[in-house]
Amino acid sequence: MAELITTYDTDVILADQGYDDHFHEHHHGDKYQTGFIHHYIFSMDHKIIARQFLITGIFWAIIGAAMSVIFRLQLGFPEESMAWIKPLLGKWIVLDEAGIGTLAPEFYYALVTMHGTILVFFVLTAGLSGTFSNLLIPLQIGARDMASPFLNMLSYWFFFTAGVIMFYSLFLSTGPFSGGWTAYPPLSALPQASTGSGTGMTLWLVSLTLFVVSVLLGGINYITTVLNLRTQGMTMWRMPLTIWAFFVTAILGLLSFPVLASGFFMLIMDRSLGTSFFLSDIFIEGAALDRVGGTPILYQHLFWFLGHPEVYIIILPAMGIASEVLSVHARKPIFGYKAMVLSILAIGFLSFIVWAHHMFMSGVNPFISNFFVIFTLIIAVPSAVKVFNWITTLWGGNIRLNSAMLFAIGFVSMFISGGLTGIFLGNSAIDIQLHDTYFVVAHFHIVMGIAAFFGMFAGIYHWYPKMFGRFMSETMGKIHFWGTLIGAYAIFWPMHYIGMAGVPRRYYSFDGFDAFRHFGDLNKFITIAAAIVFMLQLLFVLNFFYSIWKGKKMTNRNPWEATTLEWSTPIEGIHGNWPGKIPSVHRWAYDYNKDEREYVPQYIPMVEGEEAGDH
Amino acid sequence: MLGLIIFGIIAMIAVIIVQLSKVSDLASAIKGEETSKLRANNRTAFWLVIFMVVFLVFCVVSALYYKNSMLGYGPHGAASSHGVELDGIFNTTLIITGIVFVITQILLFWFSYKYREDKNRKATFFAHSTQLELVWTGIPVIVMTYLVVKGLFVWNATMADVKPGENVIDIEATGYQFAWDIRYPGADGKIGTKNFRLIDLATNPLGQDWSDPKNIDDFMPTEIVLPVNQKVRVGINSKDVLHNFYLPHFRVKMDAVPGLPTYFVFTPTMTTDDYRQRLKDYPEYQVPADDTDPEGPQRWETFDYELACAELCGKGHYSMRKVVRIVSQEEYDLWLQQQSSYYLTNIRGTDVDPFRDDKLLGIEIEQRKEELTTQFTELMESDVESGVINLENVFFESGSSALDDVSQYELENVANLLKKYPNVNFELSGHTDSQGDESANLSLSQSRADQVASFLRGLGTSSDRMKAKGYGESAPVESNDTAEGRQANRRTELKIISK
Repeated sequence: MAELITTYDTDVILADQGYDDHFHEHHHGDKYQTGFIHHYIFSMDHKIIARQFLITGIFWAIIGAAMSVIFRLQLGFPEESMAWIKPLLGKWIVLDEAGIGTLAPEFYYALVTMHGTILVFFVLTAGLSGTFSNLLIPLQIGARDMASPFLNMLSYWFFFTAGVIMFYSLFLSTGPFSGGWTAYPPLSALPQASTGSGTGMTLWLVSLTLFVVSVLLGGINYITTVLNLRTQGMTMWRMPLTIWAFFVTAILGLLSFPVLASGFFMLIMDRSLGTSFFLSDIFIEGAALDRVGGTPILYQHLFWFLGHPEVYIIILPAMGIASEVLSVHARKPIFGYKAMVLSILAIGFLSFIVWAHHMFMSGVNPFISNFFVIFTLIIAVPSAVKVFNWITTLWGGNIRLNSAMLFAIGFVSMFISGGLTGIFLGNSAIDIQLHDTYFVVAHFHIVMGIAAFFGMFAGIYHWYPKMFGRFMSETMGKIHFWGTLIGAYAIFWPMHYIGMAGVPRRYYSFDGFDAFRHFGDLNKFITIAAAIVFMLQLLFVLNFFYSIWKGKKMTNRNPWEATTLEWSTPIEGIHGNWPGKIPSVHRWAYDYNKDEREYVPQYIPMVEGEEAGDH
Repeated sequence: MLGLIIFGIIAMIAVIIVQLSKVSDLASAIKGEETSKLRANNRTAFWLVIFMVVFLVFCVVSALYYKNSMLGYGPHGAASSHGVELDGIFNTTLIITGIVFVITQILLFWFSYKYREDKNRKATFFAHSTQLELVWTGIPVIVMTYLVVKGLFVWNATMADVKPGENVIDIEATGYQFAWDIRYPGADGKIGTKNFRLIDLATNPLGQDWSDPKNIDDFMPTEIVLPVNQKVRVGINSKDVLHNFYLPHFRVKMDAVPGLPTYFVFTPTMTTDDYRQRLKDYPEYQVPADDTDPEGPQRWETFDYELACAELCGKGHYSMRKVVRIVSQEEYDLWLQQQSSYYLTNIRGTDVDPFRDDKLLGIEIEQRKEELTTQFTELMESDVESGVINLENVFFESGSSALDDVSQYELENVANLLKKYPNVNFELSGHTDSQGDESANLSLSQSRADQVASFLRGLGTSSDRMKAKGYGESAPVESNDTAEGRQANRRTELKIISK
C-alpha cells in the first residue's frame, strides 16, 4: 500500500496560492484590539465573541440544569424534606412545625418556567448557534471577521443584558415568571392570575425582547457574512455543512423572532395599556374584567410561529456540527452532501408551516389541523434522509472514537430516538391522548435538548483547540460522554412510559389522581439519574476551565487533519485570522481518502486530471 | 454543616478525577501515543457495541415490564369508541417506528465498531449514490403517507361536531382556578345561556342568565355521571385562564379558552364497574389501594375514571380533579331524578330571581305533578285505609276565598287522580293560621274548602265522594309564631276517608 499524503506546508501554500486582500496594509484594523477591555470584554473579534457566548451559555446551562434537579427532587422525592436547600431558596421552602421543608408550588412552577426559558433561549440558541456561528463562519469561509464586527459585539451585549435582567428576576419577592416558557395569556397577562405574572413577567418580557434584538443583530450579520465575505473559490456549494446550517439557522431566526416580538408587544399592551388582544370573557379574583374581544389563541399562533422554527434554530447548528465532526473523524466525505444541504433547506422551509401542530388541542378549527399534520409529517422525510446519510458516512470509514466523535455518534442516536416519537405527536389523532403529557417532555428533551447538547459537546471537544490552543482531557471527556449518554436515556426513556400512562406534564404532585400516582419508583429513578447527569456536566465544566490553562498544548495547527479552512490559521488566533494572504479555495470540504491522499484541504489546488470530490 | 461536608466530598471527587485523568493521559503518552491511542480506540468501539445491546434490551424489557400500567395496554384499553381507534394507530405507529429505531441504532453503533480506526486500512471514498438516496427518501415518503392518511381519517371522525337532531347528551364543563364546574341541561336537554358579567361567586358561579328559561332546570352535580354507550357532547369553557378538559381513560382532551367555547364529542363504552372488573384480572391491581391499610379495598375496587387539567393554569394546576362515573342507562335515569336544579334550590324566590312574582313556573308544575302522583299512588297501594295529602299548590287571594289562577294545575291533577281511583271518598279540609279573629278564620277556611270542592265538581268529580270542611286555626302543623310556620298552617288538605 502506498504511503498516504498526510502533511501539507500550509504557510508556503497560502503564500503561494492565497488571495491577497491587502488586509494587513490597513493598520486601523488592529486598533481596537489593544488593551484588556477592548481585547477581552468589548471585543469586536469574532473569536472572542464566540468564547463570550460559549462561557455565558455555560453559566446559564449550570443554572438551568440546577433548577431542573431541584424540581426533579420534588417530583421524585415529594416526601423528603427540602429544608437543606432553604439557605439558597429562602421563603420558597416552607417549613412545617416538625422542620420538614416543602417546595412551594408557585416556585416549582417558576423553576419549570425558568428552566425552559433559559435552556431554549440562553443556552441552546445563544450558547450554541451564537458560539459556533461566530467562531466558524469567518474561519470556514475564509473571512477576516464578520461583516459588521460592531453589530456582532452589540449582539453579545444585548444577550448579556437580557441575561442580567432575567437573573435579577430570580430574586424578586414575588418570584420570577411561573406560567411556562410559552407564557400563554391570560395566565401571563393578568398579575391577579399568578404571583409570577406580576413583576416577574414584566422582566421576562423585557429580557426576551432584548434577546430578540440580540438574535436579529447576530443573524443579519451571519447572513451577510456568508453571502458576501466568502473567499476566492468558496462557492456556496463548497461550503462545509456547518456553514450551511448556521446560514439557514440565521435566516430562520431573522424571519421568526420578529413575529415573537410582535406577540410580546401585544402582551405588554394587554398587561399595561388596557388593551385586550388576548383577553375576553374573563372573571378573575372575584371581578369580571371589563376588557373583551380578544383571543388567547392569537398569542399561541404568534408564539409558535417563532416557537417551531426555534426548535430548528436549535437543532440545525447541532446537525451541521455533527455532520462535520462525523466526516472528519470517520476520515470520509459526508455522504450525500447535496442531499444534506437540500434537506437543511427543506427543513428550514417546512419549519415555517407546521407551527399549529403545537395547538391541535387548543381550540383551533380541527379542519385546519389536517394541513399541519401533513406538513409536519413531511418533515420526517428530510430528517430521515439526514440520519441515513450520517450512518452511511460511518460505513467504510476509519473511525477515531475520540470525545468529539463519540458525542457526534450520540447525537445521531438521540436524534433517531427523539425524532421517531415526533411521528406520534405530529399525527393529531394520537396527539389527542399524548398532548401535554410526559411523552411530549420525553420527545422534545431527547430530540432538541439532549441531541442539541450532544452536537454542542461534539463541537466544543472538536474546536476547543481552535478556541484555546489546547486540548480538553480525553479521559474526562470519555467519562463525560458515557455518563451523559447512559444518564440522558435513563432520565428521558422512562418518561415515555409515564406519558403513555397519561400523566400530564407540569404537575407539582401526582398524589391527587389515582391514574397518575403509581409511578413513584420511575420518578425516583429519573430524579437520581438527573442528579448524576448534572454532576457529570460539572465535570465537563471543570474539564473545560481546567484545560484552558492546563490542557495539553496544541503543537500542530491541524490536529484532526481536517480539510476546512479554520485549521489553516496559526495556533495563536490573531486578528484577521490569517497573517498574510487569505486562502483561496479549490475544492469542496470533504476530500478525505480521495486518491492517494489521506485528506486534501480546501486550499490545495486540483492536480491535473483530478475530478472534483462531490461528483 | 452537612452542606459543607457534601460540598467538600464533591470537591474531593473532582480533584481525584482530574488527577486520575492526568495520570491516564500521561501514561498513554509514555506508553507511546500511537499504540495506546489505538488500543483505547478499540476499547471504546467495543463498549459502543455493548452499550447498543444493553440499551436495546433495556428498552424492550422495561416496556414489557410497564405494559399493564400504560393506557392502551393490558387492562387500560380506551373506554370510549373513538379511543379504540386512537389506540389502534398509536400501536401501528409504535410498530413501524420501533422497527426503524432498532435497525438504525444497530447500524449506527455497529458501523462505529466495525469501521474503527485501523492503520492498515484506508477509508472508502464514498461521497454519494443517487439510487441509495432515492430509496431512503422514497421509503419514508410511503410510510408517512400511510400514517398521515390513517391518522387523519380517525382525527376528522373524532373531532366532528354532532349533527342537528342527533341523540346526544349535552353537558358543559367550566374550568377556573382551580376546579371544574359541571352543568347538565336538565329535563329540557338544553343548556341555558350565561354571561361572565353575571357571575357572582356566592349566588351564580357560572353567570347563568335567569331570564333564559333554559337555565331553570340546569343542575350542577359534584361529579360527572354519564350513561354507557350514549354519545355525549361536552361544551368546554373557562372563566379565567386557559385550562384543559382531560379525561385520560376516554382519550378526551381539549383546551378551555376564556371567550372561545370549545367542545369534545365522545361515547363512553364501559361502565366504571366493567372497568373495575377488567382491572381485577391483573395482579398489579390486586394490591391494597392504600399501602398503610393492607386489609382495605384493593386497587381495582377503588378505581374511578378521572377528569384532570392538562394546560398550565397556575399554582393549583395539579389539583383540578373530578370523578367521572359511567353507569347503566337505568342507573343514570335514577341519578337524574335525584338532582335538583340550581335555580330552584338557590335562586327561586330570592331578589335576583326575575320570576319571583310568578307563583309557579312550568317546571315547578311538572315537578309537582309527578310528586303528587307518586304520593297519591303510594297511598292508594298501601294497606292503610286513610291518609292526608297536602295540596301545596292551592293558593287563595289574601283574606278571601277566591282561588288563585295557578291553583288549577294542582286541582286538575287531583281530579285526574280521582278519576283513576273512582272508589275513593275524601274530605277537603281548609286550615288557616292564628292571625286575626278565630271565628272569622273558621268561616274563611270553610268557604275556601267549599271553593275547592266546587272547582273539583267543575272538573267532573262527583259531589257524592267529597265533603268540604273548614277547621279554622284549630289544627296547626307548625308554630304560629313565625312567618314560615304560619304559611305552613294556611293550607288545604285532601283527606282520604275510604278507598
